[in-house]
Amino acid sequence: MKLIIAIIKPFKLEEVKDALSSTGIEGMTVTEVKGFGRQKGHTEIYRGSEYTVDFLPKVKIEVAVQSDIAPKVVETILAAAKTGKIGDGKIFVVPLEQIVRIRTSETGEQAL
Amino acid sequence: MNLRPRVLRILFIYALFGRLAQIVVFAQPPASAATPPLPAPTLEQRVAGLEAYLTNGDPTAALKVGKDKDGNPTIPDGLTTPSVGSSGPGHNAWQMTSAALVLFMTLPGLALFYGGLVRRKNVLSVMAQCLLLSGLVTILWWICGYSLVFHSGNAFLGNFGFAFLNDVGSAPNTDYSYWVSHNVFAMYQLMFAIITPALIVGAIAERVKFSAIVLFMTLWMFVVYFPVAHMVWGIDGFMNGVWNAKASIKAIDFAGGTVVHMTSGWSALILCLIVGKRLGFGKTPMPPHSLALCMVGTGMLWVGWYGFNAGSAVAADGIAANAFTTTTLATAIASFVWPMMEWIVRKKPSVLGFCSGAVAGLVVITPACGFVTTTGAAVIGIFAGLVPWFFCYKVKGWFGYDDALDTFGVHAVGGTIGALLTGFLARNSANANLANNLKDKVTDALFQPLVFEQIKAIALTLVIAVVGTVLIAYIVKATVGLRPTQENEIEGLDLTDHGEEGYIFETKS
Repeated sequence: MKLIIAIIKPFKLEEVKDALSSTGIEGMTVTEVKGFGRQKGHTEIYRGSEYTVDFLPKVKIEVAVQSDIAPKVVETILAAAKTGKIGDGKIFVVPLEQIVRIRTSETGEQAL
Repeated sequence: MNLRPRVLRILFIYALFGRLAQIVVFAQPPASAATPPLPAPTLEQRVAGLEAYLTNGDPTAALKVGKDKDGNPTIPDGLTTPSVGSSGPGHNAWQMTSAALVLFMTLPGLALFYGGLVRRKNVLSVMAQCLLLSGLVTILWWICGYSLVFHSGNAFLGNFGFAFLNDVGSAPNTDYSYWVSHNVFAMYQLMFAIITPALIVGAIAERVKFSAIVLFMTLWMFVVYFPVAHMVWGIDGFMNGVWNAKASIKAIDFAGGTVVHMTSGWSALILCLIVGKRLGFGKTPMPPHSLALCMVGTGMLWVGWYGFNAGSAVAADGIAANAFTTTTLATAIASFVWPMMEWIVRKKPSVLGFCSGAVAGLVVITPACGFVTTTGAAVIGIFAGLVPWFFCYKVKGWFGYDDALDTFGVHAVGGTIGALLTGFLARNSANANLANNLKDKVTDALFQPLVFEQIKAIALTLVIAVVGTVLIAYIVKATVGLRPTQENEIEGLDLTDHGEEGYIFETKS
């Protein structure tokens, strides 16, 4: 099993969610985060006091999947989240050791 | 049996009782031969009293038909009309409205304006300070503050004649107005006394603990505000050029350029230098947490200021009307000029610029509003958009002091240039009262002698504010202490001083 973590631009969230839905992935966890890579922040000025804001708002999506479909899920997210401009984000695939469904105590692939 | 004599006897007894009761109930005291009847006012005199209400004049003027031993006109004993000693409905209504408008400037105008400019963790602390002063200053005003400012006494301070608002009733106090109730006038002036210290909190926001504010402000009212207010507005005040023929400094200040803005602004600068900068100032970003709140507060300040300025006419008359107009022009122009400067110099006009410009305009026109023409007001508006802008953008950076919310930049600078511009721009055509005691000072020239009187008033106010604040600040520092601990300052005053959070964003369910 794999945990797919995608950091994307916030306005792309609906598109990515719908794309994952159409490949059969219904569950995910979404967090509001901030960060930067190569995309620069902006400057704000308040009555002569200048502030540089480096961090940009992003959205993190986490999806747990079976290992064999992981590449396809990555492809789906990539296609939906891409704009071609700096700041599109990144996708991380990490190995997932164990999953437990709280309601039924099922474990492993049955808990996906 | 013959009942007639019995009935007649009973009727006679009833009649006797009736006549006795009539005598007792309607008895008159014996007429003294020496009491003359009260003089009756003529119809002319009564109409004159009514016309005095319309023209904001003295209702007793037409009654001064007698003469004393020196040949001065006097009012014959007992000659009066219903207009005398009565408040005038229109003037009183406007005054009460103005008092409410000025309180609105503090609650919630200033609370929102300042609240939006601080970081979220300190929003309540600013509001708490506004609320605190509304109660604290009222209590001080009632006990003796009003008396110290507005009772006669000496040139620097009034006496305790009006302590606990003794003798402050609904009849006008003719030292200050013929038609506004004395108590209404006292309440109106209270609102000024409340907002003046509230302006100071802007400079030292986010780093002075609540107990220090309580002590500092109590002392400051007695050391700075009451004396300066008495000197400028008290009937025997040292600097009351308009109404005190014996004033040593013949300065003018319509609604408080010196009394309110200079005192609070310069005290704010001194206090923020003594208190020191906020932790992390210069390194940690400290942008306003809600410019939306700040803008809402600005709108309330502008609207409320009509009570502050036009209400200072203490009458619903032509002078108030002019003050209303000059206030509008100066404010609107300043709120336009400031963001235009930003557009030129910084490429973007900011909402904070609009707000700051508006407040600056209001501050600068304050001492001038009832004394200048509309043209003068427009000139003032332009200066108000430029000079405070310059101080906030450039001078603050040069010296590096942490005037958190620009109380010095807007109020001290604005009040000072306002007082000065009033000297240049006051005109007899705008206010006929200038001719009472200032004929040789207000000559309708640009460099009229009034300018020098204004400079003297500015200097004296500055000295009192600075010296007074230095004294009080060190007293507070030595007793209660000024700053919170470093941990408390970092955690935020809302939690550490008040045990509350301004906003609680909960995840649902």
